[in-house]
Amino acid sequence: MRKISGILLTLIVGVLLVYGTFDLPKFADPKQPASIYLSPKYIEEIINETAVPNMVTAILADYRGYDTMFETAVIFTAGLAVMMLLRRDK
Amino acid sequence: MEMIIDKFNYWCYIALILIGFYAMMAKGNLMKKLIGMNIFQWSIILFFVSISAKRGATIPILGGHGAVHDIINSIEYVNPLPHVLMLTAIVVGVATTGIALTLLIILYKKYGTLEEDEIIEELKK
Amino acid sequence: MVQKIDDIIIQKTSRLMIPFMQLYSLYVLVHGHGSPGGGFQGGCVLAASFILMVFAFDIEFLKKKFSERNLLLFCCIGVFIYVGTGFLCILLGGKFLDYSFLSKILPCTPIMARYYGMAIIETGVQITVMAVMVSILLDLATVGNLE
Repeated sequence: MRKISGILLTLIVGVLLVYGTFDLPKFADPKQPASIYLSPKYIEEIINETAVPNMVTAILADYRGYDTMFETAVIFTAGLAVMMLLRRDK
Repeated sequence: MEMIIDKFNYWCYIALILIGFYAMMAKGNLMKKLIGMNIFQWSIILFFVSISAKRGATIPILGGHGAVHDIINSIEYVNPLPHVLMLTAIVVGVATTGIALTLLIILYKKYGTLEEDEIIEELKK
Repeated sequence: MVQKIDDIIIQKTSRLMIPFMQLYSLYVLVHGHGSPGGGFQGGCVLAASFILMVFAFDIEFLKKKFSERNLLLFCCIGVFIYVGTGFLCILLGGKFLDYSFLSKILPCTPIMARYYGMAIIETGVQITVMAVMVSILLDLATVGNLE
């Protein structure tokens, strides 16, 4: 019973997802909206404003440094939660 | 026909999404559901990274792999933004998996089993 | 819950590999500016060296090196370095996490101050990621009792 309803749901979700890919841009298209709007500004100005050749580290630590700070807080909270759930009181 | 060939990366990742979704829905063991959730999460991350590809472009490091020029043209470097956002997503996935495994340990200690049907029967008593 | 395996090949090879893995993690951290790498990747390699200690030797070996208090201290120091750099930029007159104002303390131009500010915060991220991964491993493997 569970397997039949699982397969049915999976097929319905699969058909919906495939129908959704008809509007997505082609693979490795240089003119897709993801490559036109914000990333050329980042690529051309990173070496002038910061002297870092690695674009991924420069965006992660400088332009999006606020997100990285909260991500460090997230992994700290996860470690804290595992500690609190599993430690035994003596 | 060209829709299948031009967009084959989306089809691969949709296949991975459906495998993870089926594991989460149809399996009875809680550990298998957790692994299904992990597969689902990784397929979404790979899908986003595949959006950043560009035909004939090189890696997003200035001066790496034979792309030393004086004028930096943005058409010969791969889009770096999805890579950055997915680094955060990977770390969030690690945190979620750690806490989920902890909850499974606590459930096992309390009920003695990891099957979903037996736990629901114990709860009804 | 972790079995003790007394295999001499694994033990002798791990004794050779573990210091090199830790040195490699520092290399990945520092070379994050010019090649793929950075804070998160270096932290994972450093945690992997400690996880190799658990597999090769006993888990008591790792419990003796890391007490609960020291691991939590390492987690907090990493987050503190990150947020502390941000607040230092406010104290020096700029916005939060605006590293170009660090050129008032460090002897460099504002552009190079952004370079060094990124290096400092990646160090903080590496320490936190390492401590959290080792802490989660110890908690899950010993199911809570860390005496």
